[in-house]
Amino acid sequence: MANTIKDRTAIVGIAQTSFGKGIQDSELSLACQAIAMALDDAGIAPREVDGLVAFSMEDGREVEVARNVGLGGITFFGQVGYGGGAGCGTTGHAALAVASGQCEVAVAWRARKRADKGSRPWAQTSNRIDNPWQWSRPWGLLRPVDEIAMLTRRYMHEYGATRDHLANVAIAFRKHANRNPHATMKDKTLTREQYMSARWVSEPLCLFDNCLETDGALAVVIVSAERAKDLKQKPVYIHAYAQGIPPQHQTMTNFFCEDPLAGPSHTAAKRLWANSDIKPADIDVAQIYDAFSPLIPLSLEGYGFCKRGEGAAFTDDGALEWPNGRLPTNTSGGGMSEAYVHGFNLVVEGVRQMRGTSTSQVEGAESCLVTSGEGVPTSALVLRR
Amino acid sequence: MATTGMILPGLEDPAARPFWDGTARGELLVQTCGACGVKRMPPRPMCPACRSIDVAWTKTSGRGRVWSFVVPHPPLLPAYAEFAPYNVIVVELDDDPSIRLVGNLVESADGAINAIDPATIRIGEPVRVVFTQIEDVALPRWVRA
Repeated sequence: MANTIKDRTAIVGIAQTSFGKGIQDSELSLACQAIAMALDDAGIAPREVDGLVAFSMEDGREVEVARNVGLGGITFFGQVGYGGGAGCGTTGHAALAVASGQCEVAVAWRARKRADKGSRPWAQTSNRIDNPWQWSRPWGLLRPVDEIAMLTRRYMHEYGATRDHLANVAIAFRKHANRNPHATMKDKTLTREQYMSARWVSEPLCLFDNCLETDGALAVVIVSAERAKDLKQKPVYIHAYAQGIPPQHQTMTNFFCEDPLAGPSHTAAKRLWANSDIKPADIDVAQIYDAFSPLIPLSLEGYGFCKRGEGAAFTDDGALEWPNGRLPTNTSGGGMSEAYVHGFNLVVEGVRQMRGTSTSQVEGAESCLVTSGEGVPTSALVLRR
Repeated sequence: MATTGMILPGLEDPAARPFWDGTARGELLVQTCGACGVKRMPPRPMCPACRSIDVAWTKTSGRGRVWSFVVPHPPLLPAYAEFAPYNVIVVELDDDPSIRLVGNLVESADGAINAIDPATIRIGEPVRVVFTQIEDVALPRWVRA
């Protein structure tokens, strides 16, 4: 085995702001609040932070974060692109930097203000475009949901997946959110009848196949495994990490390659499991990126929990549900029912599961898969106690 | 020129320009490597098969099959919302099924994108390209073949 980062770093601090719509604070302010709280959680002084990894879509840049939170001299900083693909990516880059000695205390975060309709990128497109969207948007394929719906229809056609399978996903995550006091959908239950009668957003996807646009921020603190032993919290080790861009991939509109339904998760999974002693069959709990419900069956296939075309049927019989499902998934409610903060809440929930502090705690859970956006250049983590 | 509010190509991407020049002439062209002949869409500067930057363009028969489709509902940009729900299709070309293009299924070249009942659209059904002029762009759309 090559010189991997296996178990050489740990997440030792986590935090989140409240989630909601119409939060007044700026993205920068939210980011700084989450980072300061995560450092408190870790018991590490801000001046010790010397590594920062951000989403490229983040408004709050590294210099501004460092000036506000009062961080020390920063010796490693970087960004990961492609929005929802970057959650595990920022965390993984931070781990790489700590493991290779480029910094000692690294912070990764995401702050996002998207609850306001006018803030959505698809609504701000200029009328003339010379980028790759010129091959889809002129015909009215405007929003991420339209792009994923196109893959979903084809997936249903090829493998016999149905709306009942997608409802399995939406209902499982809503049940978990109903147990999570911080979840946007804490008090709203979801029945199969409500799912089936919901308004369409982009057929074959309805309202409940979509994530919740949310304002909020989360942060994680990463140090070496050695340093982690002496800190306040039980360390959660980063066991394996990978990113993925498949051959001939086109982000979101991945219709133009040879095998559009073999998305970025397939590429990331190869490296992830090659570098991991923990295999899919060993994973106790999962946090799988869920901007849209069909990303769950696609990711289950990509990460090897089942074969191609079996991801939809995998969701039957409550397989994704706490406590008795064979793979309890998105135990905080995920992007569809807790909050959609570009999937960063999945990283934080993965850490809580390994600490034993989730509101839908999988008893005795020792390993957790966390994934980022399927459909875009992606990333994934295997966390362990 | 009055703007329709639709999203349209800027016609300033040098890799894409020959495609849009082709549609203006009523031709559906696909980018083709000038060295090894492998076709590729969307267009780009380099052939991923042989690394050549020599580019040719091949006229296609304009026939294909529906590979997938969606039916968007609001909220949408105003120029599209007025037609919602409408269809958007992906077509794979008969000439080379590895080439796929996004479009709309319409009843005629200048037909509305919401005229066909989406419940009648089938994956695999044969279609033929037509062109409709929107501002200074000839946009390919598809009719049942």
